Amino acid sequence: MFDVSFLFGQFLGGLTTAMFLFLIASGLSLVFGVMRVLNFAHGSFYMIGAYLAWQAVQWLAPALHSFWLAALIAALGVALLGGLIERLLLRHIYGREELYQLLLTYALVLILGDVAKIIWGTQQLSVSRPPLLSGGMEVLGATLPAYNLFIMLTGVAIAVGGWLALARSPAGRMVRAAALDREMLGALGANVGALYTGMFVVSSFLAGLSGALVTPIQSIVPGMDVEVIVEAFIVVVIGGLGSFWGTFWGSVIYGQVLSFGILILPGFSLFSVFALMAVILVVRPWGLFGRPLR
Amino acid sequence: MTRKSLTALVLRIPWVLVVFIAALTIPWIGSRYDTFLATQIAISALFAMSLNLLLGTTGLVSFGHVAYFGIGSYVCGILMKTYAVPFSIALPAAAAGAALGALVFGFFCVRLTKIYFAMLTLAFSQIVWAICFKWNDVTGGDQGIPDVPYPNMDWMSHIPFLSDLRIAEQFYVLTLILVMLSLAVIKRIIGSPFGLMLTTIRENPNRAASIGLNVRGYELAAFVIAGGFAGIAGALFGIFNRGVFADFVYWPKSAEVMIMTILGGIDYFWGPVVGAATLVLLNQEITSYTQYWPLVLGIILLVLLFVFPGGIVGGLATGLAWLRRKAGGSDA
Repeated sequence: MFDVSFLFGQFLGGLTTAMFLFLIASGLSLVFGVMRVLNFAHGSFYMIGAYLAWQAVQWLAPALHSFWLAALIAALGVALLGGLIERLLLRHIYGREELYQLLLTYALVLILGDVAKIIWGTQQLSVSRPPLLSGGMEVLGATLPAYNLFIMLTGVAIAVGGWLALARSPAGRMVRAAALDREMLGALGANVGALYTGMFVVSSFLAGLSGALVTPIQSIVPGMDVEVIVEAFIVVVIGGLGSFWGTFWGSVIYGQVLSFGILILPGFSLFSVFALMAVILVVRPWGLFGRPLR
Repeated sequence: MTRKSLTALVLRIPWVLVVFIAALTIPWIGSRYDTFLATQIAISALFAMSLNLLLGTTGLVSFGHVAYFGIGSYVCGILMKTYAVPFSIALPAAAAGAALGALVFGFFCVRLTKIYFAMLTLAFSQIVWAICFKWNDVTGGDQGIPDVPYPNMDWMSHIPFLSDLRIAEQFYVLTLILVMLSLAVIKRIIGSPFGLMLTTIRENPNRAASIGLNVRGYELAAFVIAGGFAGIAGALFGIFNRGVFADFVYWPKSAEVMIMTILGGIDYFWGPVVGAATLVLLNQEITSYTQYWPLVLGIILLVLLFVFPGGIVGGLATGLAWLRRKAGGSDA
């Protein structure tokens, strides 16, 4: 029926999708895990990251053709934006009902989407692949572009790095403590406000970085923000809200289901992902790696 | 006349009836365009009201309410366009279809609470969107279902005044009557013992459960009822819009109706109606100046969240209470 190299190719394609999604969803998951805020604007940060990367490439182009520097500039720019938004707006709604939190971040989606349109227009933009990674290689008969391999490695590196930072570093300990009991941590003298800002900056950085890294293989268009955020939500829900490794495995599962779902139900692969999510939520409403709610 | 009796007099006027009759006269006294806007407001008001049954009455934050609106509009549109089914059957079928969808999805959703509930409702609405967008044979895929016919409104030709109206205006009259009937039913539901149970659940689900209330069952019932009314709104909108498209079901539309609802005020019965009217008119006004309506809407939303969390009706009620207190002080 299908030969091995074809199936392996599908597998690799799924893995690339998965690692992209993990890059995006990891920041969403971190913020949700610690601050209990579901950030709709995470997709907008991703989009702004993509536009900033394109802009930085334009600025840098005459002197040095550095995609990597552009990606870094984009990620830092989005991190700064995220920090400002946390300080000026989000800060005031932590204690409020989830309806207001959701709508506040949705207001940001509306505003940032239009700001991007005002600055960069509505036509498609694209960034060429960095020359270093323009090649490809053959693995078990399937072609794997070098850039995709790079994305997979970046995804794994961020997963391991994030896990080490959360599980082993003093800052990670504080983050985990804040997730468990914010008030107690504050009462013990920790600066929870600064911790939240820091978390949000890291999360925005990841969103901006993933937006920048997606530009060589996907064109930048308005609407990419609302499209990606739902995918990121699904990944986070499958893995378990607030669980870092859950988000990783959630992305892997999402990528594979999407990539093999196309073979079984052509045109309805998106449906198979949603169906998977529904099944998981029925069996384990708190996701694969999450904990039951109190 | 003292100020107090004036207030009593103002309160005794049946305002709902006055507004309803005023709205009914729009096709005769207003332009074609006014009727167009009024139809849009009436349908949006019903949609927002159905959402508020969850948001305000039961305290469930559904971020996927557009799914049931969409199911209603597709069921009605497909029946009327593809199978030439009369409106009198297609409309109840749309409501039933949407309620059935809400029953299936709601069964899973009510198992979760708060933000998890919001996310799952959002995800289900995206499933509906994916189906509408991809299932070409039935939903027309990205082409949608254009040219949904108007219902047969020949009966209106026997009624004086109504017979001279254009078909779009007759449809407005029909829509207004259906929306008012639906709102009356929703009002009855909210005021019934069942509705009071929903409010109890909103106030304190744990306590409601501990006095023996089947919280999930009640929430599911509210979800199904809200879905059914959203389906009616969707069916009417498909006809009004002269076509049904997958766009209707895309998730930002859920946010839009939510903004309408809280703009009016979720704690007040008429809040969603006020919010719908305000948002439709604002949209009309602002899009004539700029294409950046989402930007303006985002800013309105921020102001609303930080300055007037009670919405327009909430703000008015606070202002009125303040005035009354002042008046009471001066009387004494």
